[in-house]
Amino acid sequence: MNIETPVEALKPNDYASDQEVRWCPGCGDYAIIKGVHRTLAELQIPLEKLVFFSGIGCAARFPYYMASYGFHTIHGRAPALATGAKLANPDLDIWVVMGDGDALSIGGNHTMHAIRRNVDLNLLLFNNEIYGLTKGQYSPTSQLGTRSPSTPQGSVDAPLTALSLALGAGARFVARTFDTNQKQMPGVLKAAHAHKGASLVEIIQNCIVYNDGAFDGWTNKKVVSDNSISVEHGKPLIFGADSNKGLAKSDDGFGIQAVTIGENGVTEADILIHDETNKILAMMLADMKQPEFPVALGVLYNNPAKAFDEAVHEQLREVTEANPPGSLNDMLRKGRTWTVEEGA
Amino acid sequence: MATNVASTENGGRKALDSVVIRFAGDSGDGMQLTGTQFTQSTALMGNDLATFPDFPAEIRAPAGTTFGVSAFQINFASFDIQTPGDDPDVLVAMNPAALKVHLKDVPKGGTVILNTDAFSERNIARAGYTENPLEDGSLDNHIVIAIEINKLTNAAVADCDVTSKEATRCKNFWALGLMCWMYNRDRQPTIDWVNQRFGKLPNIAAANIAALNAGHAYAETVELPSGVEAYIVPRAKVVPGTYRAVTGTEAAAWGLVAGAKKAGLELFLGSYPITPASALLHTLTNLKPYGVTTFQAEDEIAAVCSAIGASYAGKLGLTSSSGPGIALKTEAIGLALVTELPLVIVNVQRGGPSTGLPTKTEQSDLFQAVWGRNADTPLPVVASATPGDCFETAIEAVRLAVKYMTPVIFLSDGYLANAAEPWEIPDADDVEPFPVEFRTDPEGFHPYLRDEKTLARNWAIPGTPGLMHRLGGIEKDYDSGHISYDSDNHHRMTKVRAAKIDGIANDIPAQAVATGEESGKLAVVGWGSTFGAINQAVGRCVKDGLSVSHIHIRHVWPFPANLEELLSKFDRIIVPEMNNGQMVNVLRAKFLVDAESITQITGQPFKVSTLEREIRSRVEG
Repeated sequence: MNIETPVEALKPNDYASDQEVRWCPGCGDYAIIKGVHRTLAELQIPLEKLVFFSGIGCAARFPYYMASYGFHTIHGRAPALATGAKLANPDLDIWVVMGDGDALSIGGNHTMHAIRRNVDLNLLLFNNEIYGLTKGQYSPTSQLGTRSPSTPQGSVDAPLTALSLALGAGARFVARTFDTNQKQMPGVLKAAHAHKGASLVEIIQNCIVYNDGAFDGWTNKKVVSDNSISVEHGKPLIFGADSNKGLAKSDDGFGIQAVTIGENGVTEADILIHDETNKILAMMLADMKQPEFPVALGVLYNNPAKAFDEAVHEQLREVTEANPPGSLNDMLRKGRTWTVEEGA
Repeated sequence: MATNVASTENGGRKALDSVVIRFAGDSGDGMQLTGTQFTQSTALMGNDLATFPDFPAEIRAPAGTTFGVSAFQINFASFDIQTPGDDPDVLVAMNPAALKVHLKDVPKGGTVILNTDAFSERNIARAGYTENPLEDGSLDNHIVIAIEINKLTNAAVADCDVTSKEATRCKNFWALGLMCWMYNRDRQPTIDWVNQRFGKLPNIAAANIAALNAGHAYAETVELPSGVEAYIVPRAKVVPGTYRAVTGTEAAAWGLVAGAKKAGLELFLGSYPITPASALLHTLTNLKPYGVTTFQAEDEIAAVCSAIGASYAGKLGLTSSSGPGIALKTEAIGLALVTELPLVIVNVQRGGPSTGLPTKTEQSDLFQAVWGRNADTPLPVVASATPGDCFETAIEAVRLAVKYMTPVIFLSDGYLANAAEPWEIPDADDVEPFPVEFRTDPEGFHPYLRDEKTLARNWAIPGTPGLMHRLGGIEKDYDSGHISYDSDNHHRMTKVRAAKIDGIANDIPAQAVATGEESGKLAVVGWGSTFGAINQAVGRCVKDGLSVSHIHIRHVWPFPANLEELLSKFDRIIVPEMNNGQMVNVLRAKFLVDAESITQITGQPFKVSTLEREIRSRVEG
């Protein structure tokens, strides 16, 4: 009797390479890579199908620490390389790891267009609101007034909000989580992976050296419940340590406001229900900032449309069926030709 | 205009050996179309030919201005020709601006055909004339055929259901009809083309055909001025075979597809629109059924990066652009080089620096191709000589890219891309295949394992079980492929990358002499699209017994192994280039030879006569 050996299930550690990790001790990236390993193990993605692309920056070292295929490219360009790879081989399971300077400054154009085109890529944006690898300069997501080696008197340009930008560019999937939120991260990553098309996940990440504590105001265990909200499709937008706060329509009816149930006549019925297919709601959630609002976490928007790579291949198939190719010689002889006879 | 005596054998037509015609008019007058149609008919008549489309960067500059003039020159003959001709025998000028720009090139006694309807006071002033050139004697040295082309066109299309604006637009076909009669060209190919092009607009098709026929009939009926008659240019004696008219863009596209097939790979083009390279994107996107994916990226950088990503995933990555776009791609080319992935970069060169002269030709990106990257980053560079030669050069670029796992730069230029010539269609089966073998064996694998002979690393693509690895721009360890900051290792890797490219010199044909002896007084060394003009100039000198040879370099980097020795057999070396002296400096740097530079940076191809003068001044007397 032949006993079939069951294929050994991949464990989170199987997704880690044998290379020594060189992030600073205490860096948020450690937690993120752990979350990614766990997610991949839950999804049981074969290592050979998995490709991690990255640009330049601390986050961009990510592929070296993965046991999958990986490509550490150049600053800001990872989405462009990943787009080419996905078009070349749609069977690949492609993840792109980017930092805030990488994805939103030098590579802003590629991020925007990968999202707009809806290429089936899992885009992980590690946002620590600072340039780490180049030693601490402010980034396009740094808060106004950030003091850094390049802005000793404080930055004077307004930061951008990654998810708002993405939604403005036509994103079909945006989500947010933070490095130490290991309870939430695998679920968010799995949803991003399930979404066929560009999935942008902003992962708020603490840079322990150059921007330590930048997010403590809402990620710290003591305040996270009151100062952030984890949204779930079809569930009321309620938050707070006592689950008595929520998001309701603003008084003018054009926006949202944070309210407390039981105060000022607010009842549970006033609380909005999260609809991940509602783009206007997603835009408002994405833009919520402390202290007026809790920071929105989870899948803010998930409304699939045809993926670019799928559309490209569909067109390739159609045009090839309609015009079956001949040999190379047929190609060279298509159109007007003439023949010169011997002795002509 | 070389002439034979008129004979009745030619139906009363006077036989000519060769003719150069230049069509010139406003950008919106359809001169490129007129030229292309005349070219097709001429090719089908069995003449050898070469063309030179010359148009402004503006799509439709203000009507009647000199900067809006668009021209198309064709040289056709009963013998083998290699250039679009130096000076036009016949100038067709559709307005005063076209006359103003181009008359200076027409030799004394040349024919000028004018559309007098366009010579209004306003247009004459717009062109910068203070007096009407038809009346001030400035055309006294030419044979002038002045015709009211607008009026005659309008009359010819009166029965077609078109507006007066649409009617006037047919005037280029009227002029084409006239030229078809004068040079005995068949109108049918043009009629077929019109019917196909305007299939959905039968009234427009009918009007254009009516105009074409009217111009033809007019020429047949009207009494032409003395000195002008009906001509015939007999077929050229060419090698038997199947021919077609081809532009450098088409030949390059087919060569790239053929190269990919010979490598057993599908082709992926990542590109961003730029003049004059966009036509390659347009041509390749119409070849999708031949295993071609085209991707119009968001910018030049994304274009090259997507191609690298595609190569990484197992296709043949290709990107195309012109000088300024190539500059933007530079960092990514370095990435392809250090990760040792195959990549073909097509540079259709144009006048520079910066935006420069987008629609004019130049070969000034040689330094950029050979040396224009940060760090020690050698890569192979090949350049094509003629429109048809773009086919073979493209295949060679692909071969080197996959065999040596390296980016390769393929230099074309605006002239080659747009110019047409008859091309003996090769048998694609004659091209030796060079199939890629992806690594599949995990035993002893690491990504930088090298072939002992070529020094190319092995190529394992994502999706292959057991060969997972990480590539990247950081220096890699020679023995493991892992990140390495070790100084000796970097020295070693830099040397091996250089040795790999240097080794290509032994895998390419030895440098041959295109015309002339293998040694002598003067070597004229050229590369790229100057081939035709140099070859013709040298050929004339050789015929006169002068000790001159033409050496044309296709493999611009690395050079063929015997080039240094070959050059040493000549007393003197000149290097004509459409730049301010680049190949001359590469040769001097590489071989310590006393090569002399001849430059022309006018955005126009060399004239044969210019080069002939330069050569004779060095070997005669």
